[in-house]
Amino acid sequence: MRMAMAAMLLFAMILPFSLSAQTDIDALMMSKNEFCIGPMYSYSSWKNYWEGTRKRDNKNLGTISTQMVTVMGNYGITKKLSVLFGAPYVKTKASAGTLQGMDGIQDLSLFLKWRPFQKELGNGKLSVLGIAGVSFPLSNYTPDYLPLSIGLHSKTALARLMVDYKWKGFFATASATYLLRDNIKIDRESYYTTEMHNTNEVEMPNAANYNFRAGFRNQRWIAEAVVNQWTTLGGFDITRNNMPFPSNRMNATTVGTNFKYVLPPLPQMSIVAGGNTTVAGRNVGQATTVYGSVFYILDFSRKSKSPVPTSNAN
Amino acid sequence: MKRINFYAAIALALATMVFIACNKDIEGRTDNIPSLSPSNIDLNAGTWKPVLLTSPSEFAVAAPGATTTPDYIAQVNEIKDWQANLTSEEKRIVKYWSAGAVLRWNEILRELVAKHNLPPYQNEDGTYPVPSAANPLAYPQFPFANPPYAARAYAYVAAAQYDALIAAWYYKTLYNRPAPYKVDSTLNVLIPKSDLPSYPSEDAVLAGAAAEMMKLLFPGDQDFIQQKVEEHKRSRIIAGANVRSDIEAGEALGKAVAQKFVTRARGDRAGAAVGNAALWQQMEDDCIAKGEIPWKSLETPKRPPMLPLFGKVKPFLFDSLTVIALRPGPPPSTSGDEMKAEVEEVYNQTSNPTREEIRIIHFWADGVGTYTPPGHWMAIAAEDFIKKDFSEVRWARNMALLAMAEMDAAIVCWDTKFYYFNPRPCQMNPKIKTLTGVPNFPSYISGHSTFSGAASRLLGHIIPERAAAYDAMAEEAAKSRFYGGIHYNKSDCGVGLVVGRNVGDYAIQRAKTDGAE
Repeated sequence: MRMAMAAMLLFAMILPFSLSAQTDIDALMMSKNEFCIGPMYSYSSWKNYWEGTRKRDNKNLGTISTQMVTVMGNYGITKKLSVLFGAPYVKTKASAGTLQGMDGIQDLSLFLKWRPFQKELGNGKLSVLGIAGVSFPLSNYTPDYLPLSIGLHSKTALARLMVDYKWKGFFATASATYLLRDNIKIDRESYYTTEMHNTNEVEMPNAANYNFRAGFRNQRWIAEAVVNQWTTLGGFDITRNNMPFPSNRMNATTVGTNFKYVLPPLPQMSIVAGGNTTVAGRNVGQATTVYGSVFYILDFSRKSKSPVPTSNAN
Repeated sequence: MKRINFYAAIALALATMVFIACNKDIEGRTDNIPSLSPSNIDLNAGTWKPVLLTSPSEFAVAAPGATTTPDYIAQVNEIKDWQANLTSEEKRIVKYWSAGAVLRWNEILRELVAKHNLPPYQNEDGTYPVPSAANPLAYPQFPFANPPYAARAYAYVAAAQYDALIAAWYYKTLYNRPAPYKVDSTLNVLIPKSDLPSYPSEDAVLAGAAAEMMKLLFPGDQDFIQQKVEEHKRSRIIAGANVRSDIEAGEALGKAVAQKFVTRARGDRAGAAVGNAALWQQMEDDCIAKGEIPWKSLETPKRPPMLPLFGKVKPFLFDSLTVIALRPGPPPSTSGDEMKAEVEEVYNQTSNPTREEIRIIHFWADGVGTYTPPGHWMAIAAEDFIKKDFSEVRWARNMALLAMAEMDAAIVCWDTKFYYFNPRPCQMNPKIKTLTGVPNFPSYISGHSTFSGAASRLLGHIIPERAAAYDAMAEEAAKSRFYGGIHYNKSDCGVGLVVGRNVGDYAIQRAKTDGAE
């Protein structure tokens, strides 16, 4: 009867930073002892969704919307190593039908981003990055109320390999991610997937993510196009006119764009905006998302401040 | 120093990954329970009162061959052949079925209900298709195993199994054929030994009765059901519990008894419970004529009400006049202050639910894609029965009492719902947003409350030391519907519990006089 706002959830849980600069999914590094922090607001909605591979709408839900306010931070331990975090507050709503939306603090994500390799290649510069991340729920929200639950409540760990090439102002970044997801517990004592399970524990399939982004970046501007593909490695399809379930096989391909602008009079501050839309999916909503953010860089190094705090767009 | 921190962090991340990756296996609550080893084999169960059988010998079972014949010895050798080379799959099925066959068939039935508990998707023109038993695999698949359908399915399978076991016990004591391991002491036995005569096999009786009954109830799942039957029968031979002739006689007896229940089911009026457009309109008009606001479907497009004539189905524990006698008085008038206060109470409750209330709502929701509230009570009962070491025949008797109470609760509840045709809280006040799906039928009285009242009352009789716990569970189940915003607290849930308990009392009355206590 209901659906899968899964796409947003997935991205909320896995790619909380994919929206802004200096995230776990881009190749940008902070300078040593700089701390970048800011709030991000996003709005995501969908009317159509994929029930398995069958696309449909649902007049008993109308449009499902998710608003998210995330606090994100990024601290440069060294020039080659950063630690990042993000924690969102999520609120969901259905425009039709009787079902009540939910809201609450979702999951904390932590990442270590490491750039062990960087070298001149041709006229440009090639970088290789490794990212490791974990996430865990910050509150006792229920995952078993899709598409209106605020997350999937699984502990996760990911490893990501990223390659970036920059030539003059132009760049291209590609990454591949493998994500492990821990079992979750739901409030009921049994559930049916493709068979009966007499337990409140649900095995969550792992997932893979591929991300490709390319565009222009310098000290003041970033403009990029992004393609992202999320694939759940296992899980099952929503059966006809059934409810979605956390361990569904949720896949989504999105295309989008990001912009970042560093304010000339106040170079510690940058504005980020962007959006994406789902072009293919399975057991997820066909979501379109827009977001905006303001970041501020604090410099904790004892040295004198550089005139332009770098967001180090090397 | 930084480098050390960094490596420590990497190690921590890796450790987390390994922890997550290695910790995924999930065990169901009844996956690894011990073999059934009854504290009392209830040897006199052939004298217990059946549900439909006129006598335990209504269906003849031929006398078995002597255990000294070459034929019997060949059958014992068949067991030895199996046991000489057991695969892990064969060991698994022995362990699985030895936990109790009533339990396992009840679980299988619950699984089929959950699989089929899906409301059909609408047609292009906004009408809804009705599943057809004649064409069960076409969309929408037959059946839509909603709560009344499920309650009836549980009752027929359980009652057929119970009657079939009474007949089996009768013949067991009549012919008194010992188990193969008593005949041949060299035989390896993979299950607890028993003094119960082995002909006809109680396991095969249960498999035969269940399969025959489920052909009617789940006609599109015959492959799955037959595979379970074959596995079940094979497990008993592999285990050394029965020889083939025990199994064959048992399966035939189970099927024959179930046929009697199939005949009853075909004539119990459930087939006509869907009604038709004229009838749905009539119910609405009757309600308006009484000066009340009639129930309306809150789905888009509007869905016809779920089984409006289920209240006319023939009950097991009492007659149809008693259904009407059990019907409670009317709910508060839709135009009165009392109703207004009840609507307001739901609105206030749903405006700020606590996490614990959400847990309770979801724990008891038993909605789309689940085994329904009667199935939930079957699961609760089964897990308590496991601890009691009942014999198979007592298991069957207790399950049949519970399932018949649930079916009759569904009948009385549905009769009440469609007699009064009372609107849901969120029809009265569209500002009420629910925390679980709104069922597509009238509000008064709550089905969950009626099911829970009946089940808790009967279970409290069967396991008296748990009576208070069952009562508390029923109260919580009833409350969950109010918390979810889909029922009025006092009229729907409160009255539903009372009516359910009244139905449960009929099951207790039967329990006290069926010869098993």
